[in-house]
Amino acid sequence: MIHFTRPPASLLASLAAGWVLAMAAAPAFAAWDLQQLMDSLAQNQSGRATFVETKRLAVLSRPIESSGELLYTAPDRLEKRTLKPQPESMVVDGDSLSVERGNRKYQLQLQAYPEIAAFIESIRGTLAGDRKALERNYRLSVDGSPEGWVLELLPLNEKMKAVIQRIRISGARDQVRTIEISQADGDSSLMVIEKSTSPR
Amino acid sequence: MIAARRRGTPAIVLWLAFLAACAVITARTEFTTDLSAFMPRSPSPEQRLLMDQLREGLASRLILVGIEGADAPARARLSRQTAERLRADPAFVTVNNGEAVNLERDQAFLFDHRYLLSPAVTPQRFEAAGLHAAIAETIDLLASPAGLLVKSMLPRDPTGEMVVLLGRLDSGSPPRLVEGAWASGDGARALMLVQTRASGSDTDAQESAMAAIRRAFDAAGGNSASAQLVMTGPGVFSVTSRAAIKGQVGTLSVIGLALIASLLLLVYRSFTALALGLVPVASGALAGVAAVSLGFGSVHGITLGFGTALIGEAVDYSIYLFVQSEQQGGDQQLWVKRFWPTIRLGVLTSICGFASLLLSGFPGLAQLGLYSIAGLVAAAAVTRFVLPHLLPRDFRVHDVSALGAVLARLVARAAALRWAAAVVLVAACAVLVQHRSSVWSRNISSLSPVSQADVALDTRLRADTGAPDARYVVVVSGPSREDVLRSSEQVSASLQAQVDRGELAGFESPSHYLPSAAAQQARQASLPEPDLLRARLAQAVQGLPVRAETFAPFIAEVSAARNQPLVQAADLRHTSMAMAVEGMLIEHDGRWNALLPLKAPQGGAIRADGIRAALAATGVPNALFVDLKAESDHLYSGYLQEASVLSLGGLAAIVALLLVVTRSPMRTLRVILPLAAAVVTVTAALVLSGRELTILHLVGLLLVVAVGSNYALFFDRAGPDARIAPRTLASMLIANLTTVAGFGVLAFSSVSLLQALGITVAPGVILALAYSAILARPSHD
Repeated sequence: MIHFTRPPASLLASLAAGWVLAMAAAPAFAAWDLQQLMDSLAQNQSGRATFVETKRLAVLSRPIESSGELLYTAPDRLEKRTLKPQPESMVVDGDSLSVERGNRKYQLQLQAYPEIAAFIESIRGTLAGDRKALERNYRLSVDGSPEGWVLELLPLNEKMKAVIQRIRISGARDQVRTIEISQADGDSSLMVIEKSTSPR
Repeated sequence: MIAARRRGTPAIVLWLAFLAACAVITARTEFTTDLSAFMPRSPSPEQRLLMDQLREGLASRLILVGIEGADAPARARLSRQTAERLRADPAFVTVNNGEAVNLERDQAFLFDHRYLLSPAVTPQRFEAAGLHAAIAETIDLLASPAGLLVKSMLPRDPTGEMVVLLGRLDSGSPPRLVEGAWASGDGARALMLVQTRASGSDTDAQESAMAAIRRAFDAAGGNSASAQLVMTGPGVFSVTSRAAIKGQVGTLSVIGLALIASLLLLVYRSFTALALGLVPVASGALAGVAAVSLGFGSVHGITLGFGTALIGEAVDYSIYLFVQSEQQGGDQQLWVKRFWPTIRLGVLTSICGFASLLLSGFPGLAQLGLYSIAGLVAAAAVTRFVLPHLLPRDFRVHDVSALGAVLARLVARAAALRWAAAVVLVAACAVLVQHRSSVWSRNISSLSPVSQADVALDTRLRADTGAPDARYVVVVSGPSREDVLRSSEQVSASLQAQVDRGELAGFESPSHYLPSAAAQQARQASLPEPDLLRARLAQAVQGLPVRAETFAPFIAEVSAARNQPLVQAADLRHTSMAMAVEGMLIEHDGRWNALLPLKAPQGGAIRADGIRAALAATGVPNALFVDLKAESDHLYSGYLQEASVLSLGGLAAIVALLLVVTRSPMRTLRVILPLAAAVVTVTAALVLSGRELTILHLVGLLLVVAVGSNYALFFDRAGPDARIAPRTLASMLIANLTTVAGFGVLAFSSVSLLQALGITVAPGVILALAYSAILARPSHD
């Protein structure tokens, strides 16, 4: 005969998780916070959207624009298909990043390029509602309401700070609307995301 | 007796002198275990390239290292610390484990020499329209995710030459990084790619390189961390197969000799007889080694392994002498008179068989042929001319007539088995006909002395690291480095067109990193003077979101590049490109070769005729497309075909010899038939056991004929009126058992070449004896 003097730890953990989920699903929000934003974002299993990105660079006399499609599949696949000005595709899947441009294909491991990894994680982590991944590289703060929120990411380590000053992501409910990146040298980019209405 | 001894003195003196000469030659002999035995003696240009690549090529210097066990952080730490030690060791050209040690130097080299290296640098590109297009493209790139990397370079490199150069670097997929070091796809092992300075064929240097890697690993604490080091690569294969061949030749010859000695002791019941019986064997082995050494300059380990097995056959002659002369009351002279002609015919038959191997273009095979002929002739001659004089007075071996009597009764009934033998033979023929297309292995790897486990490890690590298998290569040759670099550039242009069409995934060329002086000068000449460039730029930026003033650094750097010293091989030193260029540009006897490795498109194959046509269209003389795998398989099937033809020639020679000696087609047929039956049956059995036969199986079959011919001849010699003497039967059985022991031991070897010989010869000679007995003409008594 085996007696449990107390429930095993794993049972406790799953009970706790169930309770958290139940609370998150509750319609009445006592106070809306970062965790709740993350939870609602995490419910997105996949998404397709169009984007228009405007970059303002000091070396250029006027902003340049690119546009295309964004495809996201939970938990960690993100594809950015640029159609204009030059067709190009960038796929981040797990730890690998591949870029296809013309008939050239480049592949690299995010681990080998921590700056690029942190940069990509800011977008992918937000789409996935992966608070842990985001907090590895950024200090997070959230403002607004579920209907209109702004998530601000400030890089933690010095190397990242030398490249990126701040990333601001805005949205409504579980949808990301804009991603604004301010670089340390004053250059900036703004990506406006529109959820695709015609699912293919 | 004294008189008899005196008669033998000249023979003994001659024999001793011969032994001394052989011993001197053997002592000076170099023993090899490398691939040289498998390389053709008169190679075609493609085969020469294959040989050069196997011996010296870049791929031959590669050691793939895996670190297994422990946990991921420990493996990565071991990888980094081992690599750090190895990088300080001049025996290694590069040590790559994913750490970006050369990255900065590589990029600095490319950036500093971009106007000399970039194939995009042409006069048109530096006119206003060309500049406009190039700058517009760079601005487009700024809009892309890669823009982050290009932004800072725009004022210095607005035409994007660096992007062109980086795009041409190998775009293969490197292994993933775990804890800052390369790891396999499943993350279970850390990986390292090491390039040795010494060529892959320098087995001693490869062995010390392996030892250095192991030392570095141990010094990094690899010993205590419950982690294991594994290594593979062509050099590692040479080292391990040399060790395997060395070890096995030693062990196998000791075991084989022990078996044969015990067997003989059991029969003779006399140590003197045993020692004397081994005299012809030792003489034969020594003569074999000396002959091969004289004929080929060195002796291959495989030949030695084969030699140990041949002991089992060479000992037969003394068995015949001892046991059969017993029949004559111990009179060896009578034996010489009665039996020697038969044995001599047996030796001649063997020589006919092995002489065919001598003609082979495959040095390994020719060595075996020469060794066998020299060894058997020496052993037989010593048995005939020397051994009788060495025997002490009243020399007798244990009486085996009881065994002989038993055998005689068996043989008398053997004819009853004819029908059974016929059935077995018909079945064997049916098997061979049914499997006729798959009897022979078409793969050269079947000749490799490397074990299956080592091949599996190699395949695994190669897949993990994405190391090049260097299968397809274009080679251009010429009288000077400049000459082959120029040809490489022409070929590169043609290959690039195929890459653009998707027919090739990519290629490498030494001219990518070290362009010909002509190309560099042409690029310098394309660069306009500063004032001209400034004027053109002002025109070029119209309509673009940039100001001409942004590009002041560009104008200064282009101006400097116009008078920049040309890139020399020495400029590459300390970059990762140095090793690549060294591997792709090879000087051989004053002739230069440039190798351009091609990469097949994923999931597709390279169309050889397409590449060949494109090469022909470039008009570059001496440009050759080589598929190294096809070439080596072709080489091997060439050997196999040649060996088959030669063996048939040998068989024809044996038939002719028998016809001349016996002057009777019937008797010839009677001698040949049991041998042919044994060969067919063994072959069918091997095929049925799922083996693909190699050239060494063929050599084994030839041996079955050579050894078996003695049995068939003895049975034939008895003639229609005489029953074969019981002691002759006993001597044949003992001789057969020693041969089976000698070759049977090889069947347990892990060196596939030796194993092939063992499993063919051991059962083959038993069958040859059995068939000889069964198919012998029944005596009329």
